[in-house]
Amino acid sequence: MSSMAAATPGRPRSGIGGLLSRLVWGSGKDRRRRIGENRTTPYLFILPHFAIFSVMILFPFFLGIWISLHDSTALRDGPFVGLRWYQQLFDPSSFQFPRFWNSVWNTIIFVIISTPLLIGLGLALAALLNQQIRGRNIFRAIYFVPWTLSVSVVGLTWWWMFNGNAGFITLFMESTLGWSPNWLATTPWAWITILVATLWWTIGFNTIILLAGMQAIAVDLYEAASIDGANKWQQFKSITLPSLRPILLLVITLQVIASFQLVGQPQLMTGGGPPSELGGETAPVLLHVFGTGFGGRRELSLAAAMAIIVAAIMIAVSIVNFRLFSSERS
Amino acid sequence: MATALDRGLEKDQPVELQAAGTRRRGGVGRVLMYLLLVVIAAVFILPLVVVVSASLKFSAEIFTDPGILPADPGFENYTALFARAEFLTWFRNSAIVSTVGTFVTLTITSLSAYAFARIDFPFKNLLFGVLITTLVLPGIMFLVPQFKLIADLGLYNTLPALVLPGLAGVFGVFFMRQFFLGLPVELEEAAYVDGASRLRTFVAIALPLAGPALATLAVITFLAFWNDYLWPVIICQDNCTLPAGLRLLQSQYTGDPGLVMAGATVAAIPVLILYLLLQRYIVQSVASSGIKG
Repeated sequence: MSSMAAATPGRPRSGIGGLLSRLVWGSGKDRRRRIGENRTTPYLFILPHFAIFSVMILFPFFLGIWISLHDSTALRDGPFVGLRWYQQLFDPSSFQFPRFWNSVWNTIIFVIISTPLLIGLGLALAALLNQQIRGRNIFRAIYFVPWTLSVSVVGLTWWWMFNGNAGFITLFMESTLGWSPNWLATTPWAWITILVATLWWTIGFNTIILLAGMQAIAVDLYEAASIDGANKWQQFKSITLPSLRPILLLVITLQVIASFQLVGQPQLMTGGGPPSELGGETAPVLLHVFGTGFGGRRELSLAAAMAIIVAAIMIAVSIVNFRLFSSERS
Repeated sequence: MATALDRGLEKDQPVELQAAGTRRRGGVGRVLMYLLLVVIAAVFILPLVVVVSASLKFSAEIFTDPGILPADPGFENYTALFARAEFLTWFRNSAIVSTVGTFVTLTITSLSAYAFARIDFPFKNLLFGVLITTLVLPGIMFLVPQFKLIADLGLYNTLPALVLPGLAGVFGVFFMRQFFLGLPVELEEAAYVDGASRLRTFVAIALPLAGPALATLAVITFLAFWNDYLWPVIICQDNCTLPAGLRLLQSQYTGDPGLVMAGATVAAIPVLILYLLLQRYIVQSVASSGIKG
């Protein structure tokens, strides 16, 4: 029935051969194979997922590069054009250049402003919940509620809260201050609404991760510090923060990546507007890519090239972020 | 006031200790702290209350009746929504995509993870390395080619298109592999010595032990499918899921926010119920796995 397992071939243990064999055979911790076991068994185990993965992720990775080197739209496959789109996106005199980099710049500003707020307020909430309080789990659960919602629910919620026609915040400000900005349609207010929606949506995530980290810190450390006369703030600065380092690194990295992919909030709240010559004052880069590839003339190739440049920037930022954080204070 | 008594009530002990002599904070300080906690909680809840309130005001009421408590609440917006065939389609699609997507994801990722955790085979590290590498690649670079692929396959605006890319996700494989690696191998070896096949060992021994990990993955996967926004927006025209449908609803009914808010409420209710039931569990799942939505 099943083919006898062939004896595992002799493998060199060192040098390039060793490296290759480790790559192919693994580290060698669990090398037993049962006699009589079909050699294809492990491949059958991974096959269903790996097949879908190959078609939907691995192949599109290369397809994206391929598309970015052609001149295709959603309606037709175009000819090979080499690096034309990349040249245009890096050529200051091109039509695309200012629009693309304006949206990149919008995104970077958003990342720079939102990340410290989301981390700082997340830390503050976590520290607050880490006090000796009754009902901590209830408060924690409430702060986390918005995170469970879809970005489209979040976007529509704040679209209505800030709506110029009878939106809750607009009415509240008009009745108390006698004045309200046109939140969604003018800057800088439009950016503030996007920031508020994002804070509301995701701060609970940072809070519970940081709180879990705080609760894992050994109580002895605080005991020793308080015997030495350290006050609360000194304890936070010298014990809590340093102990949270690895978790902070994780949360900041995830936060930067998430903020870079901002799209649903502006799409549903401001539509990227107010409009400007460069295509929208609150349009982040993902919205620009979306508009290029899936709206208007559906320029898939141009959108693919933009996406690859943005992905490269994001990977670079993550690496820098990682380096900064792991080298600091060491 | 919190006393030493409620220390026993909570499982997560606060890691707070005062110097001797200042064992308890002054009453005013504690009251202020609770006040702060409650005010913050209100800030988190208020927008949801406003949305539900708006959804209960029909047509022009939303402009004439600004109160948080509607003067004349009614479900007209909801009946209007569910009378639209389109909305029913979105709702049905969301339900199908989330449940089928979760079930299939759990099946195929735990199978794959088991092989990566327990069996040694040629190219194992290479294959796993390929999977893990794609975890760090930003999702933005897959949107255009995935769209092109789905469109070329003739699947634009279909149900399979909504679910397929989500099934390819690598997180479940990574997550379940970590879990299987942490299981003691002896039980499986015993079954193995008794002549059970790999598949049988997996189904009868490893999978039941993986219950908690599977439940965590199920909750996270369900939320991800139910809430996904950008991909459905790209790949559907009218045969959408709820989050993408809400965008269409908003553009069609700009002047009727009550109806749009009813749509948002319908999209929120299933996850809010799920959260209400499994609150503690969901919070812990996310805290331990560290996944960003």
